This record gives sequence, structure tokens and C-alpha cells, in this order.
Amino acid sequence: MQEQTRLIRLENISKEYDGTPVLKDINLYIRKNEFLTLLGPSGCGKTTTLRIIGGFEQPTAGRVIFDGQDITSLPPYKRRVNTVFQKYALFPHLNVFENIAFGLKVAKIPKDEIARRVDSMLDLVNLRSYGKRRVDSLSGGQQQRIAIARALVNEPEVLLLDEPLGALDLKLRKGMQLELKRMQQRLGITFIFVTHDQEEALTMSDTIVVMKDGSIAQIGTPKHIYDEPKSAFIANFIGESNIIRGRMVRDELVNFCGSNFTCVDSGFAPDSPVDVLVRPEDIVIVGEDVGQLTGTVKSVLFKGVHYEMMIEAGGFLWKVHSTSMQPEGSLVGLSIVPFNIHIMKPTEEAPNE
Amino acid sequence: MNNLHVPEWSFWVMGLALAAFVGMFIQMVRRNKGIRRSFYAWPYTLWMIISTVVPLILIAYYALTDKSGSFTLENFANFWDSNRNMKTELLAQGFNPEELGLGARGTVNVDTLAYSMWMAFLCTGISLLLGYPAALIMADREFRLGSTIVVLFIIPMWMNFLLRTIAWMSLLEDNGLINTLLESLGFGKARLMYNSQAVLLGMVYNYLPFMVFPIYNSLSRQDARLSEAAMDLGANKWKTFWRVVFPISMPGIVSGITMVFMPSVTTFFIPRVLGGGNTEMFGDLIERTFLTADDWNVGSALSLVMMVLILLSLGLLRKVDPEGEGGSLI
Repeated sequence: MQEQTRLIRLENISKEYDGTPVLKDINLYIRKNEFLTLLGPSGCGKTTTLRIIGGFEQPTAGRVIFDGQDITSLPPYKRRVNTVFQKYALFPHLNVFENIAFGLKVAKIPKDEIARRVDSMLDLVNLRSYGKRRVDSLSGGQQQRIAIARALVNEPEVLLLDEPLGALDLKLRKGMQLELKRMQQRLGITFIFVTHDQEEALTMSDTIVVMKDGSIAQIGTPKHIYDEPKSAFIANFIGESNIIRGRMVRDELVNFCGSNFTCVDSGFAPDSPVDVLVRPEDIVIVGEDVGQLTGTVKSVLFKGVHYEMMIEAGGFLWKVHSTSMQPEGSLVGLSIVPFNIHIMKPTEEAPNE
Repeated sequence: MNNLHVPEWSFWVMGLALAAFVGMFIQMVRRNKGIRRSFYAWPYTLWMIISTVVPLILIAYYALTDKSGSFTLENFANFWDSNRNMKTELLAQGFNPEELGLGARGTVNVDTLAYSMWMAFLCTGISLLLGYPAALIMADREFRLGSTIVVLFIIPMWMNFLLRTIAWMSLLEDNGLINTLLESLGFGKARLMYNSQAVLLGMVYNYLPFMVFPIYNSLSRQDARLSEAAMDLGANKWKTFWRVVFPISMPGIVSGITMVFMPSVTTFFIPRVLGGGNTEMFGDLIERTFLTADDWNVGSALSLVMMVLILLSLGLLRKVDPEGEGGSLI
């Protein structure tokens, strides 16, 4: 039963360009009706992974299984997958209607059915009366919707989206994020979404795949990845964070900044070095004499919803988010509840700050 | 040439333009205000006036005047009937050309023009058929020899056009390279030169790069993701080409057609070297009328007729591709 819901499986996928490895042994499955996001910095291999699923690239090694069939060497036009390209790749010589109708025309669908389906797609993306317009006369957001409509009209089982919101301004982006998520839930189509924007990934996804240097760094739900990042890299990439080198005293007790803190993690060897993650919003500012740490406010930035303060305490510069402001130079106490202290295996690279 | 009967006023126009240029320059230096940006456009404007505008006006002037300089449409009548001058002469001497069996219309000019247009049409068509696949191969990102082929297309253009054409002679001659080879292989000689086909070969050879490069340009500029998008939407390679790649390269095609058709119609020299008796083209005819027959008036009328025809055909192209690069060449 579990096996059947796995629509796409990537098995040991590797990709090299002229001897340079871009993907290293990727193993991943994508469930039916899932909104899966490939997240990572540029050059991490997320777009290449998407292009391999779309059929635009051949993996150097490994297999792509779609619905139980090996489609590794199947050309793009034979796959039940459609793509929304980065910068949309709309056909400049065709108008909006003809762009959306392209896939249906190629499939030799009868004319009246094409018209009906394209019109209903135009409705779906709220561009009802735009059929006769030239695509280059549309705004970025409108072109984006046309690109989505052009892919969805073919009723694909999987929609691949390659940083589709990258070229839009912030407000439009937020709107499109919600709209895309709604569309995905309404149509019941599997979405594979590529982005380097962690907030976008957290907002929209059912599952996030964090990639780094051609490998998968972590797979999980947005909440899981935010709360339990496996490494300092992921913690830094997703949300803001304080990462401090620490030492595990014993199970559920960790030492950093010269003090012992109760935590909820166990299973690390006693006295082993660890990375400790504390999110800026999880640090509570208390009176200077009641905190677990005492520090000085070094700088204050107003960020709208909250203030961002840099507080030096225990030899470390903490980033703290709080809705109440402490004046620069004032002495404050910092308190962290055990549940908000996340212990991670130390990484080779030095944590930030 | 002692009979350079260029009217005085054309020198006045050129002189005036030059004087205006010098005058503006002196004014600017005297006022010591530095050179305004628009001033840099002047040498170009001056050059255009002297080398393009004045000659154009002169052609129109000659075409519409007779040898004494008074207005006439005779020259166009002479274009229509190449025997007209001769008939007028005979009449003046008291003969009736009809009775001498010379009354028929001389069709040489019109026939040559039609032949030239036909040859240009063929040359453009063949160049397109040969050039498009070549450009497609050159623009293919996965084909590593593409840039080498680009260079191979450019290298012959470093050589003089006359030389290149003459080089074909040594290949196609009765005792030329190809015939020698054919003979040594036991096939016997073939007549390769002195016919329309040889002229066409020379034209295609010379003008093909002008077809290839505009198409190559527009193909290599084309966003590769557009083809990917087409494939993604279910189009195989063939459909992707016909529905996306080809239509989007239309401006390049129109540009290529323009660049080949224009010089093709006005081709000269190639027919003289590679062609036989019946292959004179309009460019040669104009040259002959100017230099051999020394009739600047009829020669200008011929040029004017051809210019109008070229403008008409380019206008047609513009209708096909209203925003293309080809149209903007006019």
C-alpha cells in the first residue's frame, strides 16, 4: 500500500558535467498528491534533479521510476509530467490562448474541446479575457499564470516548477504562493517545486528536501526541518539561528557559554562536542539577575513585527527576536527553555559567529 | 571619360553640404563652447548626402531627361522597347522600320529583367534551402564543430568576390579540374560552364553566407528553454522545430532573404564569367548601357525600374513579417 503511493522514485541518481559531479547518489521518493520542495542554495543540484525528472537531462548513473516504470531514458514529450519554467519560457510568436493550447494541439485534441479546456484554465488563473493578448504585453505575474495554465491544461500527474516565483516582487510572490498551494490541493496534482527561498518552502510544502553540494542534506516536513535541523548548514539555511559550539555533559544536559543547560536531546556520547541551535525567537529576555545568561545589548534593529537585538552573553553574540525593546547598552538576562535547545552533530565547517 | 555630363547643380548640393559642415565646425570652435553631441552625426550625414542622396537624385534626374537635359519619359519607353532608338533613327532617315521588318518591339531589356528576377528568386530559394539547415547545425549547442563551420563560412569572404568567381572557372572549364577528374575516371567530359546553371551556382556560392548568418544569428539567440517547453508539452523533435524553432527564426529568414535577393537581382560579372550567350543579367545590362552604349539616360531609367521593383518586393516581405529585421533594412 505504502509502495503504491510512491509516484516517483529516484534511485542512486548521479550526474556529472565534464567530470564534475553535480548530483551524488540521490535517493528520493515522491508521493502522490504531495507538494514536495527541493530547497537549497544555488549550485546545490536542485534544478538538475528537476530536469532529470522532466527528462531534459540524462543522469550519469541511476534510475528514475515513475509509477513503477523505468522512465530514465524516456524523452520529455513521452512523460506524464509538465514543467513551469524559470522565467516561464512562453512562446513569443503565439498569443495567450495559443500558448495554453499548445500541448492540446500537439496531442490533436478536437478544436472545441481545446477551446473549452483553455477557457476553463484562463478562468482558473483569473485571466479570462486575456486569450487574444500577446504574451509580451503581460506583466510578470500574468506571464507566470499563463505558464502555469499552459502546463496544467494537459492534466499532468506531476507538475514541476523551477523557481517559478523568482522574478516576482514580494507582494505578488506571497499571493502566488497561496494561489499555487490552493491549486495543488484543488486539482490533486503532485507538485515538485524548486526554490532557494526557505520561507517559500516552509509556507507551501508538505515535504522539504534540503540539498547541498549535490547531495540531500535532510528530508522532512517543514516543521520537522525547522525544529530539528540535522546540521548547522540546514539550521542556518532555514530560518535564522544562533549556533554555538557546545559539549554534551550527559543525556539531557549540555554545556555551552560556560554554563550547563537542561535540554531534551539524548543519545550523544558524554563529553562529545556538539553544535547547539537556538532560534532567535526562542530566547526570552528576563531580568538581569534571573536569566541563565547575563549579557549586554549591543545593537537594536526594528524589523516590523519584532525587534532584532544582538546581545553579547557568555562570550557569544546572540541574535534575539523580541516584541519588547531593550535599549542599547542595557544589561539583560537571557533564558532558554529546554525544549528550544536543539543539539546537532558537529559539522566540519565552523558554525557562524 | 570625357563625356561625364554631371549637371552643375549636383556639385552645388554637395558643396553646400560640405560648406554647412565646415561652417558649423568653425562656429563651434569660435564660440569655444565645446562640441555638441549632435555634431558627431554630421560627418555621417555629409557622407550620406554626397554618396547616396545626390547620386539617387542624379539617377532620377537622368532617367527623366534626355541628352539635352529637358524633361522626357522617352527613357522608360526605351526600356520597354529596346529597338526604339533605332526605329526613330530609321524614320528620321526616311525608312519605314515596319517595311524593313524591324517594327517589332525589342524585348531585350524586359526579358533580361525578368530573367534576373527569376534567377534571383531561384538563388534565394536555393540559398534558403541550403542555408537554413547549415545555420541550424551551426547554432546547435551540442554540436561542438558549430563554431568551426562558422569560420569556414567566413574564410571565403576574405577573398575578393571577382577572384572567387574566377576560381570557379578553373573548376568548371572544359579542361578544368572537375572535367579532368571525370575524364580520368572514364566518364567523359561534361558541359559545366556557359549556362544558367553555372551562373546560378556562382550566385548561390557568393550569396549563401548572407542567408546563413542572419538565420544563424536568430537561431543562436533563441532561448533553448522554448524548445524544452515545447518538448515538455508533448511535441517531439520534428513538431518542436515546425511549431517553435522555425516560426521564431522568421525574422532571421526574412533578413536572409532580403540580403540575398537584393544583390542577386543586381548581379553582374558572374554571368559574364560563368554564363554563356543568353545569360546576361540586369546588372550587366545596366553596366553595358552606361559604359558601352554610353547612354546615361536609359541606363538610369533601367536602374530606377530595378530599384522600384526591389522596393516593391521588400515591401511585400514587410507585409509577411511586419516587425522583422528584414523590413527595417529598407
